[in-house]
Amino acid sequence: MSNHFTLDGVTVPFTTGQTIMDAALKAGIYIPHLCHNPEFKPHGSCRLCTVNVNGRNVAACTTPAAEGLEIENETHEITTQRRLLLKLLFVEGNHVCPACEKSGACQLQAVAYHCGMLAPEFVHFYPKRAVDASHPETIIDFNRCILCELCVRASHDIDKKSVFTISGRGIHSHLTINSPSGKLGDSDFTASDKAARVCPVGAILPKHKGYNKPIGKRLYDQAPISQVGDVAQHQEATDE
Amino acid sequence: MMDDDAQQTELGMSNLAGKEPFNLLQGLIALQHKHHYIPSDELERLAAASGISETHITSVIDFYGFLHTMPHGEYEILFSDNITDQMQGSHLLADLLSKGLGVAIGTTREDLRVSLDYTSCIGMGDQSPAALINGQTITRLTPSRIDQIIQLIESSTPLQQWPEELFVVDGKAQRKAIVLDTEYTSAAAIQACLDKGAEAVFNQLEQAGLRGGGGAGFSTASKWRLCASAAAEKRFVVCNADEGEPGTFKDRFLLQSHADRLIEGMTLCAAAIGANSGFIYLRGEYRYLLESLQSALDQRRNKCLLGDAILGHNDFNFDITIHLGAGAYICGEESALIESLEGKRGIPRSRPPFPVTQGYNGLPTVVNNVETFCNAAMIIQQGPEWYRQVGTPASPGTKLLSISGDCDHPGIYEFPFGTTITEILSCCGAHQTMAVQVGGAAGRLVSKSEFNRTIAFEDIPTGGSFIIFNQSRELLRAIENFTQFFQHESCGFCTPCRVGTSLLVKQLNKVMVGHATTKDLEEMSILSSLMKKTSHCGLGQTAANPILDGLGKFPKLFQSRLRATSFEPAFDLDASLEEARQLTGRDDPNAHLEGGGV
Ligand SMILES: Cc1cc2nc3c(=O)[nH]c(=O)nc-3n(C[C@H](O)[C@H](O)[C@H](O)COP(=O)(O)O)c2cc1C
Ligand code: SF4
Ligand code: SF4
Repeated sequence: MSNHFTLDGVTVPFTTGQTIMDAALKAGIYIPHLCHNPEFKPHGSCRLCTVNVNGRNVAACTTPAAEGLEIENETHEITTQRRLLLKLLFVEGNHVCPACEKSGACQLQAVAYHCGMLAPEFVHFYPKRAVDASHPETIIDFNRCILCELCVRASHDIDKKSVFTISGRGIHSHLTINSPSGKLGDSDFTASDKAARVCPVGAILPKHKGYNKPIGKRLYDQAPISQVGDVAQHQEATDE
Repeated sequence: MMDDDAQQTELGMSNLAGKEPFNLLQGLIALQHKHHYIPSDELERLAAASGISETHITSVIDFYGFLHTMPHGEYEILFSDNITDQMQGSHLLADLLSKGLGVAIGTTREDLRVSLDYTSCIGMGDQSPAALINGQTITRLTPSRIDQIIQLIESSTPLQQWPEELFVVDGKAQRKAIVLDTEYTSAAAIQACLDKGAEAVFNQLEQAGLRGGGGAGFSTASKWRLCASAAAEKRFVVCNADEGEPGTFKDRFLLQSHADRLIEGMTLCAAAIGANSGFIYLRGEYRYLLESLQSALDQRRNKCLLGDAILGHNDFNFDITIHLGAGAYICGEESALIESLEGKRGIPRSRPPFPVTQGYNGLPTVVNNVETFCNAAMIIQQGPEWYRQVGTPASPGTKLLSISGDCDHPGIYEFPFGTTITEILSCCGAHQTMAVQVGGAAGRLVSKSEFNRTIAFEDIPTGGSFIIFNQSRELLRAIENFTQFFQHESCGFCTPCRVGTSLLVKQLNKVMVGHATTKDLEEMSILSSLMKKTSHCGLGQTAANPILDGLGKFPKLFQSRLRATSFEPAFDLDASLEEARQLTGRDDPNAHLEGGGV
């Protein structure tokens, strides 16, 4: 056999140039991820898709698939690792799920359920971050930003506007908006931009609607993320 | 409007001989150097001239430790804050200066005369405590030097008129072995390559067994071969002179005392792989070397050893540009270094592709450490057997060590690979040594029971840092210093390192103040292992080493500070009421909570 690897014992075919993530998605196997979206160049920053390849830990989204790899994905050890990574993302920002418009359709929350994360445990950072409500159609709540850079990539690669940039370094890294005042309302952004529909969490949200789906009917209430997939593709569908 | 030339000078492009395209980072560094910050009108001008948005420019400024958008003092002082500086009393000296000048550490004086702060290790571990003043290095600080500095600043004496002895950086080696003992012959290596061809060079480097001096020890012959065989129109040679690993200063020594060997090695590489341009990425902390390096390049240009038609070969053109760093340790990681060379924030790239196939501007690039290029030149000059006469089979040749900390003679030492820690300690006059940190903050803490181990890729690998702690030292302080270093230097790209380094600092602090429990230690080691396994680059993968080694080899350090209880809250309820107490002006018993935490 050529061009196959195994993922948790399951044989997965791939074509040359595909990453482990590409091939797994194609085969309908879920590898938890947040910063990955197949429409964009792989990023490899959230590290949630870290899998074990022949004893080495690598990000599935940036690692090329290769013949005969033996890959572990949903082992006890890796799931524990993922829970920890998720906890880090939760304590770094300010996430109050019960009050969040994205709750139930949020990928961070859904992956956390998938991995069995119950409480963040680590000390919360409680960063002081502002909300930007300056734009007529869209609101940005930086408290929930996980620095996946999907909006950065969408605005740069597809909208050709470069509305978003990451600034700062280390724990001070943050999303900034390219406009004279630094406010979204002052930028070229519009709600029809690709960048408006790629946020996996509740950081970039449409204005004038919220909580419009009752609990039980929300995206990830119906079925787990391992079956439903990324929220971005559903954001695309609802808008059309 | 300025004419083009003036604009180039303004943007700091003058040193590029007008040949290089506009580079944002180098432009910003020039502005910072001129104004001690980047004023908003300059930022606007830069944005207009370059077509890059102000937001994007600011994102680059905010990444680099030495660039800022807020006004700083006419004299900007940064104390090196490595553990070795602290062991020499740097904090007391910084406090003296702070009091004497009336400026708190981390701030700028109201009259904008002076700013004072700490910075990561500036590579002067053998002549510490040291500091940077407007980018120039001052070594061997003492209380009397601090008094002198206070007077010079209060009298507004221009830096050029400060006594020269303040700026002396010693450039001698304490111990020489085959490499430093052998005379360098100008152009011998380049001539050999031009005569015998690239394949002969690769073969000789392979026979010599030369491995990278930056720490990872990749085979230099393989790297050059891979780059030479990558299909491309253009290739680049890059010297990694970012030397940011705390306690390392051997590249500083080579850049200062053996620049010719370095340039020879880079030119040799260019001849062998077919490159026309090269860069030296010089860490901002070594700005004091800029002039001497420029003049070394000029001298070689004058001798036809650099530039067009090198050694009379019309088809061999190669020149080198120096790019400065701006206070970011991560830019020593080769792919982050390339991003930085391109003028961007220094975020490590995903690999593959590796720089040898897609490096600078997406083209094949060799990135080597300073020592690697110097050694390559000497190996081609002397032959591979010469190099192999010392060292071990897996680690042939010698290693330059930067020795600092508790010993009589800190400095540069050349040792054959395979030398034991004990021999090194006795050679530099170390007494009652408790532990050695080999390889810098990212390296390993070696305890007394392991002193029979050796410096070698197959035993204890090192980029060259060797910090000695005697029995009077509190090792936990060193572990804390290194952990804070990584928090400060994490680029922030990936989750485990960005958040993990901050959490480790918080948890270690809990240990230091005696509030930690066994559960906290467990949490620290779980987090450490997560960072090791899931981080995107070497920084995050090694950032927890000091804690892991501490917990593994010196568990008592931690355990002796634990609370007896199994759980201690991270949140102190009483302390959190402090702000309310201050606002209401109360401090009576009823304004306090008993017991503290929840
Ligand atoms: C966080 C980090 C910092 C690094 N800093 C340096 C450095 O300052 N100098 C250096 O030569 N290599 C440094 N390296 C290693 C480089 O990535 C690279 O391996 C080296 O420059 C290759 O040169 P060599 O093969 O000659 O050692 C660093 C690596 C990491 C992960
Ligand atoms: S963004 Fe997601 S994780 Fe964050 S508060 Fe909203 S629902 Fe919760
Ligand atoms: S490990 Fe740290 S330094 Fe490296 S990419 Fe991740 S955040 Fe940046």
